Amino acid sequence: MVRRIGVKNIKEIVMQGVFLIAALVSVLAVALICIFLFANGIPAISKIGFFDFILGKTWAPTDVPASYGILPMIMGSIYITAGAIIVGVPIGILTAVFMARFCPPKLYKVLKPAVELLAGIPSVVYGFFGLIVLVPFVRNTFGGRGSSILTASLLLGIMILPTIIGVSESAIRAVPESYYEGALALGATKERSVYRAVVPAAKSGIMAAIVLGIGRAIGETMAVVLVAGNQDRMPTGILKGARTLTANIVLEMGYAAELHREALIATAVVLFVFILMINLLLSVIKRKVK
Amino acid sequence: MEILKKPASGKKYKRNFSSVAMLTATIAAAVITVFVLLFLIGYILVNGLPYLEPEMFSLTYNSENASFMPAIINTVIMTGFSLIIAAPLGIFAAIYLAEYARRGNKIVGIVRTTAETLSGIPSIVYGLFGMLFFVTSLQLGYSLLAGAFTLSIMILPFIMRTTEEALKSVPDTYREGSLGLGAGKLRTTFKIVLPSAIHGILAGIILAIGRIIGETAALIYTAGTVPEVPENLLSSGRTLSVHMYILSKEGLHTNQAYATAVMLLITVLVINTLSAFAAKKIAKGRS
Repeated sequence: MVRRIGVKNIKEIVMQGVFLIAALVSVLAVALICIFLFANGIPAISKIGFFDFILGKTWAPTDVPASYGILPMIMGSIYITAGAIIVGVPIGILTAVFMARFCPPKLYKVLKPAVELLAGIPSVVYGFFGLIVLVPFVRNTFGGRGSSILTASLLLGIMILPTIIGVSESAIRAVPESYYEGALALGATKERSVYRAVVPAAKSGIMAAIVLGIGRAIGETMAVVLVAGNQDRMPTGILKGARTLTANIVLEMGYAAELHREALIATAVVLFVFILMINLLLSVIKRKVK
Repeated sequence: MEILKKPASGKKYKRNFSSVAMLTATIAAAVITVFVLLFLIGYILVNGLPYLEPEMFSLTYNSENASFMPAIINTVIMTGFSLIIAAPLGIFAAIYLAEYARRGNKIVGIVRTTAETLSGIPSIVYGLFGMLFFVTSLQLGYSLLAGAFTLSIMILPFIMRTTEEALKSVPDTYREGSLGLGAGKLRTTFKIVLPSAIHGILAGIILAIGRIIGETAALIYTAGTVPEVPENLLSSGRTLSVHMYILSKEGLHTNQAYATAVMLLITVLVINTLSAFAAKKIAKGRS
């Protein structure tokens, strides 16, 4: 009897250790990702020169002498992400309001899975859709070659919809019903109560949704590569093509060598720093919610 | 229509212009969202289904017949292997967070922060890391194994989060009852808590499968792009999404790209339905 309890205890302790180790795997993974990216990327940045790398306007890794300025890609990422936010955020938030406040329960049963489906569609399928539908549409409607900042913004705006809708909807639902009732009791219409009392109360949550959307948009690769045109020059207009940081990596990693390769890893470091800043912003907002 | 009903207060409320405009904008946004989804799915299905020909299922890929059968086989292997690594790790980690860690434990805070960081990292960064670590440093080369390792890190935070939520939704009375009957913590976790949370965990894992199948950027430089049936786990092989990307990029096989898109869409539809079905079972089991 005593021995059995002993064995049991050992089992308990061993398994608790196993669970703990499993939990620490994600810590290890983040550490490894940081180490490998920074160890391979930082030397390249110092070789090229920090400002020449970040603010350099020419990306010509195969020229002699080669130049490795990623400002065009940084601007490309920023323009396309901003465009995606302009397209996706208003539609996303309004749809979230509809789902949380105006939607009849029967319709909700269809709408909710539809939004989840939108989230589940692979980005390469979005990219293909953009390539065969949006690119010709933009070319015929607005002129230009079709593969442009506008096209990429439209496509990414669609792709971030489920993120924005999902997070905003739960933020709006978390607002106490008394806010709404109070506004109604003061004589406001239903719409006014929702938009003047409930939505402002969910502000932090909606901000979190937008920041998450920015993270999604800036990190998206495959869909953007297929529709953005990928010119490695400074973007000059929304109907002109642009290359994002992510596209730069995926397009050239296949054949890059030596400093070129390291410069691409350094591009990923810049992207990673962007994402870390976004995560930081997100945790600040989340703390505010609490 | 429910949405046009008067509020419960019964007070006569006059619609003014701004209210009507707000309502119109709200409904319009929802209509746009649904329209975009239906148009995307409809367009690809209508244009792609005719190209889902028997040749597409041929086991060999060549320049005349860009068959996606090898890619499907690779996808199945990739999914299976990524899950074998990530599912136990994710579930165990979630058990630690939900069942074992005490409140205010510092490790929990660190694990949560890193898991959140992991879930925000773009897939191309995972791909690059996988290339530097698994392909180069561990010398796995472009292989299914390197791809599966990379993907398992990528889906780990997702499985952790869904499992933790599922475990937390199990009422404490279950645990107390089991402990009160003399079962140990471990026995309680495996015999009582996990079985009650199984549907929620399954729903999460099914969605994770969807993420694996849809992933492209993390695989191009880890699993490579060889369009053939793999000999073993160290062979390079493209999954269905990578296949789709290369076909669209080359622009030579638009019809086959359509067929691949249809295949991917159908898979996603099935996966979302299965996951919703599993999630619905929790709701039923609880009430």
